[in-house]
Amino acid sequence: MMTTSSLRLRAGLVSIALLAAFLGIWHLATRSTAPVATMSPEYAKLMGLTATQGKSAMPGPLDVGAKLWQHLKRPFYDNGPNDKGLGIQLAYSIARVGTGYLLAVLVAIPLGFLIGMSPLLSKALDPFIQVLKPISPLAWMPLALYTIKDSSISAIFVIFICSIWPMLLNTVFGVASVRKEWVNVARTLEVGTVRRAFTVILPAAAPTILTGMRISIGIAWLVIVAAEMLVGGTGVGYFVWNEWNNLSITNVIIAILLIGIVGMLLDQILARFTRMVTFPE
Amino acid sequence: MSTFDNPFDPDRNLRPGCACGQHRSAEEHEQAAGLGCEPVESEEKRYESVVASAVMRAMFPQDVARRAFLKSVGASTALAALSQFFPLKTATEVFAQAGAPEKKDLKVGFIPITCATPIIMAAPLGFYAKHGLNVEVVKTAGWAVIRDKTINKEYDAAHMLAPMPIAISLGLGANAIPFAVPAIENINGQGIVLATKHKDKRDPKDWKGLKFAIPFDYSMHNYLLRYYLAEAGLDPDTDVQLRSVPPPEMVANLRADNIDGFLAPDNICQRAIYDGVGFMHLLSKEIWDGHPCCSFAASREFITTAPNSFAALTRAIVDATAYASKAENRKQIAEAIAPANYINAPVTVLEQVLTGTYADGLGGVKTDAKRVDFDPFPWQSFAVWMLTQMKRWGQIKGDVDYKAVAEQVYLATDTKKLMTEMGLTPPSSAYKSFAVMGKTFDPAKPEDYLASFKIRKAS
Repeated sequence: MMTTSSLRLRAGLVSIALLAAFLGIWHLATRSTAPVATMSPEYAKLMGLTATQGKSAMPGPLDVGAKLWQHLKRPFYDNGPNDKGLGIQLAYSIARVGTGYLLAVLVAIPLGFLIGMSPLLSKALDPFIQVLKPISPLAWMPLALYTIKDSSISAIFVIFICSIWPMLLNTVFGVASVRKEWVNVARTLEVGTVRRAFTVILPAAAPTILTGMRISIGIAWLVIVAAEMLVGGTGVGYFVWNEWNNLSITNVIIAILLIGIVGMLLDQILARFTRMVTFPE
Repeated sequence: MSTFDNPFDPDRNLRPGCACGQHRSAEEHEQAAGLGCEPVESEEKRYESVVASAVMRAMFPQDVARRAFLKSVGASTALAALSQFFPLKTATEVFAQAGAPEKKDLKVGFIPITCATPIIMAAPLGFYAKHGLNVEVVKTAGWAVIRDKTINKEYDAAHMLAPMPIAISLGLGANAIPFAVPAIENINGQGIVLATKHKDKRDPKDWKGLKFAIPFDYSMHNYLLRYYLAEAGLDPDTDVQLRSVPPPEMVANLRADNIDGFLAPDNICQRAIYDGVGFMHLLSKEIWDGHPCCSFAASREFITTAPNSFAALTRAIVDATAYASKAENRKQIAEAIAPANYINAPVTVLEQVLTGTYADGLGGVKTDAKRVDFDPFPWQSFAVWMLTQMKRWGQIKGDVDYKAVAEQVYLATDTKKLMTEMGLTPPSSAYKSFAVMGKTFDPAKPEDYLASFKIRKAS
């Protein structure tokens, strides 16, 4: 007990030291050092800070911190359809991810169950799943936009189609690799098929299924940013694109930070569920 | 030629020429006046004058007789006399309402560049509301997306590059869907920017092997850059590299040295200068003064299912364009469209674009009030020129009926009617001749024009 807590303490200290070192290097690297050309004041008035004061095009940690504070102070402002607070944008993204992901869960798990219980089907469908699995979300997007003819549904569809495969594969694998003895014992005790599926196979396959779900949520969150950058309108991906339009790297960095934090939280939630269903063998 | 002059002016010249009558053509007048003909003070007044002049014309059908009457009593007395026995106020109100729009809540897509100025500013400055519409202007990620969203009816109308509706209607790069252009957004307002390291390479003949970015294949940018390069003896398909790059990424790519230059909307050009990565080589105005760039487009289907909404939308755009064409409003417009909800760019950058006083990136400050200008009239000869270039560079294969396509897509007749109703004076013909880099284009002979180019894609 003593050793684990001191290990945790030491790891924490190292993490903080690494962060401090990173921020320090970042700060030093982005200090304005570029030479400044002499220019008339009339001309200088029309130019940006990069040109007039040799300010680095990359913002430093202090710029980012100040801007982040501004965003955190009013996360829910609404200045019209193209400019909303970061809180609202994140909510839109999470809602989209949630919808697409839940639909994927509803399809992948029952389907995976059926496929996993039939060795024939699982072999027959495997090549299709393997081909569809590695397709990038951006490759699906034009097809979705063209056929669905609605950009917000297209975004949800893309999340659905990208997050379904890991869950499907893991469910198939989990169900197929339930120990034969357990199934046989259930059969000897004359447990019906439905009951067997829910009381024997499901609990046994649950850890594998949840691992698949955890991989999927990570993918869904990766996909949403790309999809929103493309379809625009709302969401954190749109925010990144909009600030990129203005070449505001400060805001892009803030968005990156928030995307990372939300992604981590989603992952942690699923990790907790996984721990709940894990059983010692 | 400015389309925004006063219809209720007794001294207005009835012969073709400029509004004040002292110059042979409107262009000359504009050059003399610097800022174009004097438009009416307020829109309400303009509507009033439309009705008044209609009544006036009804009473004195002959121009000469009307003129004599106006000259003898003066315009204001005539107006007062008219309003005694004709309820001008009521008539004006009735006129301004026009047909009630079938659909009031509309969505209009735009790309965040200064070309979209009239579409964007019409929202914060209330031009849509004035015409009884509740319009949401939605920022869109790129030209292909705006095309798909408009085709999918997520947008009722949209900001498109001037050649796009032609390309969509012809089925180039998309399924053929009939689209129409009731108004051009901006004229001029683009530029060629080169990376600062090329500041001694000002002659395009030395540009062999350089990499250039353009916003989209079906864009005036593409055709103008190709034209410019070809005039310098370079084949744009083999001697240089042209890449389709979304405008915001152009500045970043220029900084990263991935491209040597670009032909892009002015706010992107100015942004590259503002950030100290490039300089203005040439304004697109110097290639073709008065060239169209972006258009306001809608599908035929929207026009036929909601004609009144479409008319109101067009009126709002024409109104906004009239407002944007006045130099004194430009500063206010720059402030209105700069926030994150609209273009999302530093006000200084937009001001330099719209007022025409700008840093050139080489240490000088230049002034050109017509750097970007706004004139809504969809000249069909513009469409014919674009078709010749599409054919020149192999985007269209085989024969094309220039006139039929131009007239189907560029709604000059409808716009003319609307503009007359609004009290503006549209040009009498939908075709005008113009010169691109000194070479005159005759819209009646597109095939001859096309054949006169030595550098073109072999068909």
